[in-house]
Amino acid sequence: MTAREARTPFHFLGCWELAEVLGRRAWDERELLEHLEEVPLDSIYYHTHSVFLRERAPAPYPNDFATWAAIQVRDRVLGEKLGILDPEDFTDLDAIRTELVSLIDEHLSEVRSVPRVMFGQPFHFMQSRVLEIPTGVKVRTLAQFRDAVAEADLGVLYLHVVEARGRKGRRRNDFATWLGDHLGLVDLAAAVARLTASPLGLEAFRQRLVALCDAALAGGR
Amino acid sequence: MVTLDDYRAMVPSGTIDMLRRLSERVRGRRLVHVSATRDAGGVAEILQGLVPLLEETGVESAWETLDGDGAGPALGAALHRALQGGEEPVAAGVFDEYRAFVRRRAATTALAGDVVVTHDALPLGLVEVRGPEGQWVWRCHLDVSRPQRRAWAFLRPFLVQYDAAVFSLPAFAQRLPIPQFMMYPAIDPLSDKNRELTPREVDAVLGRLGVPQDVPILLQVGRFDRFKDPLGVVEAYRLVKRHHECRLVLVGSAETDDPEGAELSAEVRDAAARDPDIHVLALGSHQAIEVNALQRAATIVFQKSTREGFGLGVAEAMWKSKPVIAGFAGGITAQIVYGVTGFTVNSVEGAAFRARQLLVDPELRVRIGTAAREHVRQHFLITRHLGDTLALAASLLA
Repeated sequence: MTAREARTPFHFLGCWELAEVLGRRAWDERELLEHLEEVPLDSIYYHTHSVFLRERAPAPYPNDFATWAAIQVRDRVLGEKLGILDPEDFTDLDAIRTELVSLIDEHLSEVRSVPRVMFGQPFHFMQSRVLEIPTGVKVRTLAQFRDAVAEADLGVLYLHVVEARGRKGRRRNDFATWLGDHLGLVDLAAAVARLTASPLGLEAFRQRLVALCDAALAGGR
Repeated sequence: MVTLDDYRAMVPSGTIDMLRRLSERVRGRRLVHVSATRDAGGVAEILQGLVPLLEETGVESAWETLDGDGAGPALGAALHRALQGGEEPVAAGVFDEYRAFVRRRAATTALAGDVVVTHDALPLGLVEVRGPEGQWVWRCHLDVSRPQRRAWAFLRPFLVQYDAAVFSLPAFAQRLPIPQFMMYPAIDPLSDKNRELTPREVDAVLGRLGVPQDVPILLQVGRFDRFKDPLGVVEAYRLVKRHHECRLVLVGSAETDDPEGAELSAEVRDAAARDPDIHVLALGSHQAIEVNALQRAATIVFQKSTREGFGLGVAEAMWKSKPVIAGFAGGITAQIVYGVTGFTVNSVEGAAFRARQLLVDPELRVRIGTAAREHVRQHFLITRHLGDTLALAASLLA
């Protein structure tokens, strides 16, 4: 079965992210909350999803809000509460915004004074423009797919996994869709659909995806 | 001539192919960069590498400068100090002089392009003569997080005529009615300042400069500017010297039209006068290999800035796997992940303490140096800057 060739190849797309500054900044957790209620959804996306594209820079939590609270404000409690938030658990960005606001609001009701930056840096709200770029790589078999994934730039994984679900609202990541719909590997597709970038990041995602492909190739599934 | 493929071995895999694909979106368009000068400073270094690479990817590129006008350097220095929050108010007459300068240069500078990028304050005002065609972008390399209000109020009306602004850090963004992008500057690993040198080349350069390598070298490279705090580096060195044999090398610019720079240079030489282990060198912009060799020979590199646009000297030293101790200022905080890729400090004492720690712990120096180089490879090489520039042009022209 793994030798089968898809009639429709998988075209690997990469991307380049252009970061845009909104000029809004928060010096304390209440300001963070107030801005969160007002910023464009693209900004929520940037700080919760695009962070995977920048994962080469070490950060303690998988979203910028949690990292800021923990490192710059030195409020580890809020950092931990926000850090557990997994974008995959939400149907859309509005739902993520609601959850963030609710978590911070609840936290502020439990502290005597509003935690603020004393020696660190304020939170800067950003958003980004993501330009899709064809890589020229297209594959038709599982073996070719596996090798291409192993070599792909992080931006390729980001586009087909995080953007596909988070921004484009697709039901499954692009890899799972192609493996199931075009290569007919239904079990593998289901396993790949369960893989997420959070919390370990896209390099870990890549390793698990390659391992799943290797197992399928070895087992002839 | 250097080509994009020459960078393939040193950048993250897939980057070069991605850049070639990205450039297809802008191919056939004309980009015009305008900067104060071609010969000196971080902006000139960036454009010396960037413009030929843009050309090579098929994007017609021109680089215009405002050299050759006697008023330019002092005017630029005064405005930059004010934009970076210097305490001394802008002298009377500077704003009128700037308007006259811009009018003169607008008449003699070729500004026709699909995207026109002006760099820093001096060419900012050229936007007054823009036509209906083309997208205009102001690229600010300065730390404008706390500008002098009067200077900012004077320049802002020029800025709002642009289609976009680009800053080196989110903290530098301002309240503006135009899109503001964030783009880290970058170093060119194949330039004379950063290319690999053999030990023999390094030895020869240091011999020529009269800097012995018998004890560890602490180094700071940067023009003599109070924001770079060279006197603070001397103080930190003296605290270190009580416990460790070492020498300090301070490298400033040999070409300065800035009277304040000359004054500070004299103060630095005075502070160093009675210590034969302090070497104060004035190097010209053509002496990039000398800077390269000094950075490679150094045990520890300082960049003790109190205000900094980005501080490319930090990335240069990190690329050479050197542990850097730098002020907690501007773009330095993006380059140095505390304790991982270097140390940021907030005082003379902090700088001295970290220097002592690094001097006695060679393993720490290696660990930080290795992480520092990788951090630069991922984020601060010219190929990433090229990609950002192409993406910006593609986005504005779409």
